[in-house]
Amino acid sequence: MVPYIAVAAVLFSLGLFGVLTRRNIIGILMSLELMFNAVNINLVAFNKFVWPGELTGQIFSLFIIVVAAAEAVVGLAIVLLLYRNWQDISNDNINVMKW
Amino acid sequence: MTEHTYLIVLLPLFSFLTIVFALRWKEMVSAVFSVGMIATSLLMSIMVLIETLGRHGDYYTAAFSIVELGTFKLQLGMVIDPLTAMMLVVVTTIGTCVEIYSIGYMKDDPRFSRFFAYLSLFLFSMLGLVISDNFFMTFIFWELVGLTSYLLIGFWFEKKSAADACKKAFLTTRVGDLGFIVGLMLIWFYCGTFNFTDVFAVIGAGTVPPIIVTFLAIGVFCGAVGKSAQFPLHTWLPDAMEGPTPVSSIVHSATMVAAGVYLVARTMSVFVASADASMVVAVIGIFTSLMAATIALVQVDIKRVLAYSTISQLGYMIMALGLYGVDTANGIHSPGFYAATFHLMTHAFFKSLLFMGAGSVIHAVHTNDIMEMGGLLKKMKITGPTFLIGSLSIAGIFPLAGFWSKDEIVAATFGHPIFTVLTLLIAFMTAFYMWRLCFLTFFGKPRVEHRYEHAHESPNTMSYPLIFLAFMAAVVGLVGVPWLPHGFASFLYHGEAYHPHWAWMNLGISIVFGGGGILLAYLMYIKGVISPDAMMNRFKPIYNFFYNKWYFDELYQAAIINPIMAIGRWMWTFDAKVIDGAVNGTAALTMWWADVKFWIDKWIVDGAVNGAGFIVRSMGALLKYLQTGRMQFYMIFSTVFIIIMILLKFEIAHIDLDWPVMTALFIAAIGLLSVAAKFVPDEVSQESENEK
Amino acid sequence: MDMFQIVLDELSARPVFWFLSIIMLVSGFMVVTLKNIFHSAIYLILCLFSVAGIFILLEAEFLAAAQVLIYVGAVAILMIFAIMLSTNVSGKKTMTTQNGLPVAIISAVFALGTIALVIMTKLNIVMRGSDGFISKGLWIGEKGQLPTENIMLIGKYLMTEYMLPFEVISVLLLASMIGAIALARNERS
Repeated sequence: MVPYIAVAAVLFSLGLFGVLTRRNIIGILMSLELMFNAVNINLVAFNKFVWPGELTGQIFSLFIIVVAAAEAVVGLAIVLLLYRNWQDISNDNINVMKW
Repeated sequence: MTEHTYLIVLLPLFSFLTIVFALRWKEMVSAVFSVGMIATSLLMSIMVLIETLGRHGDYYTAAFSIVELGTFKLQLGMVIDPLTAMMLVVVTTIGTCVEIYSIGYMKDDPRFSRFFAYLSLFLFSMLGLVISDNFFMTFIFWELVGLTSYLLIGFWFEKKSAADACKKAFLTTRVGDLGFIVGLMLIWFYCGTFNFTDVFAVIGAGTVPPIIVTFLAIGVFCGAVGKSAQFPLHTWLPDAMEGPTPVSSIVHSATMVAAGVYLVARTMSVFVASADASMVVAVIGIFTSLMAATIALVQVDIKRVLAYSTISQLGYMIMALGLYGVDTANGIHSPGFYAATFHLMTHAFFKSLLFMGAGSVIHAVHTNDIMEMGGLLKKMKITGPTFLIGSLSIAGIFPLAGFWSKDEIVAATFGHPIFTVLTLLIAFMTAFYMWRLCFLTFFGKPRVEHRYEHAHESPNTMSYPLIFLAFMAAVVGLVGVPWLPHGFASFLYHGEAYHPHWAWMNLGISIVFGGGGILLAYLMYIKGVISPDAMMNRFKPIYNFFYNKWYFDELYQAAIINPIMAIGRWMWTFDAKVIDGAVNGTAALTMWWADVKFWIDKWIVDGAVNGAGFIVRSMGALLKYLQTGRMQFYMIFSTVFIIIMILLKFEIAHIDLDWPVMTALFIAAIGLLSVAAKFVPDEVSQESENEK
Repeated sequence: MDMFQIVLDELSARPVFWFLSIIMLVSGFMVVTLKNIFHSAIYLILCLFSVAGIFILLEAEFLAAAQVLIYVGAVAILMIFAIMLSTNVSGKKTMTTQNGLPVAIISAVFALGTIALVIMTKLNIVMRGSDGFISKGLWIGEKGQLPTENIMLIGKYLMTEYMLPFEVISVLLLASMIGAIALARNERS
């Protein structure tokens, strides 16, 4: 089990790194997908190795996939809207909340 | 008819209201209407008198409550007894005469209608006073009489003297009313009722302390002193001559001054209960009478002579009432009450006659000064004889009205030698000054030609009332002749009926003194046997003393008015210096204290508030740099703290600090981070600009 | 102990897993580091495919299919669409840079370290101290026995025990769909 967890942890860290560094908002969304996938791997692995009698982990992963899809849809819609208004989707330039 | 007596009172009020609201612009109509109303009242009064005569001394009362507050019942009620019936007839008779007389006298006055309105109101007040059956209602009408007399005396208010006179009359009588109010308070406190019958019953029962009864009676008498112009409140009456002569006539005979005597007569039971109070009444009466008679001796203003004569005659009545009270309290049967009320009636007739006659004379010669008249009898064929009849009557010459009543007053003083002597002396002086007036006015040669030239008889509206009143002045006394089996004395009495007896001695003395006065006047002013000027020069100080009315006005000026003014001025100074000073000092102190509070407010309270604001603002200024607007910065931030929380949660890292230190560290860390975030260069945007 | 020998042993013990894992991690690294965002999207697809393979290794066949269908078939394609709508693919605009690199690297490494610490110390201890069902063997990679007909079971669970979450997630999907339409709708049309 440990290799699965370790690989998922690495993937999660990669996603986090991407979220923190990507300037393009679509890039950030893609990094987020990586993090979701890492979590899913974790859940499925724990389901198989720790609680094999039930399928809770898999079902929960399924829900996460759905939520991720919904998030991606809304997020990309926002991206399109931003692009329409700013002609730019670089998060640095979208800092109207700055003090 | 008796049960509808209130109509007698209400008709003049109706007349007043109608004139004020409807007839004000129709002068003759309002006058005739007013006369008609009072004449109707007169007729009804006569009917009431006849019915009262038929009841043989019983009285009729009717009352209804208008206010009931607990035990306090305010009632409007009327009592019809012989005194009331007599007063009703007298007041309405003289009222009618005066109103008819006024039609002629006030002919060209611009406020003709208003005069009749006032007269009607005046008569309403007096009639209400006469029929009221309790002290409270009496007091209300009492004040109404005062008010309307104020209006009438000041009717020609353009004249400063008239305006002053009405103020003086109002304020002086008000002094007496103060005593009256005190008396009313005592009555309420000790008797618990205002109804005459009940009050007399309570006082007659003897439960009220005698000293209280004395004070109570003197309090009520104070009111009478003011209204009836007795010493020391007599000074307003001569000044009231400034009003129109019909006003003087009615004020001096049947209404205003009669109100005082009437009040004492009405409340006689109270005085009977206190010999001391009655003695006070008698002494004040005789003193007033004597004083006024002496002043009247030397006056030259025709109306002033009559005014002092009125005061003198009222003093007579008051004295008689007082002596009746003294005698009754001592268990002696006295004719005083009957004498006083009898004299009140006869005096009302001959004094109103005299005033109207004087008014007629003034109307003819346009002066008040008797020294400028003379020989007017030839010119004034009606005024002259009627005036002489009135003068004979007041002098007490047989068989005119004044003779019979004055005779009884003299009889009332028997048993009090000093009073008898003074009464006879006053009777002598009365005859003298009245006939001095007559001789100077109507006999001899005219002293000022032009005044005599255009003197003329007055119009009929003025002369007919004179004739009627002269007739009354001559015969009205006959109702009280001693040999009449059911005369005045058996009709109007207090306590037990008094039966006057035929006393030749008494009558003789009366005629001797009256005739003596007339003879002296005749000798002095017609024959010139005794020179008035020589007498005047010989008794110069006494003459001046009398001529200046015993210096009462000056005395009051010096003793009362000036001190009051001085006190007023001192009060003003006190006000200006001390009270205002205190107020201003308080204000200054308040302002100083306000300054202190302002300082505290500004530097401490505001300082705290602003300090709180300043702290929040500076913290905000410090922490605002965290708001970079870049979401990845926020993400890093939250990531870092999530990591820290996980480490703490699973006890991988151990932080063992008290929570204040933790909090302080936390705040410090965030502050440092914020400051650091301020210096993070916005490199990316520069790059992206470069890219563009 | 020879480090290389240990790695070699491990790789030979689970060749398929490591093959998929390496593809996944490398492509993931490409996703977060490549300057061209379009290339990142392509690598994302590769990465998601490898995740699906790992799901199959973990006997989650249905999940693997859903992964391919939803992620690869829908989300990734949506990403590419978004990239193409918002940037000029042929031009320089698809190029992007990283910012805050040092902080990000530190954060990521710390996160990884934290997770590793949690796995290796805390969880292990907890599991070991529990009752016999959770044995140490599970933690070192021994397969448990999953129900053989798990696809059927998933369907059964979704319609019975997880009925309410299933419905809620459906509503969420609907809401996000409407939201996306409302947001991205062209105002002028």
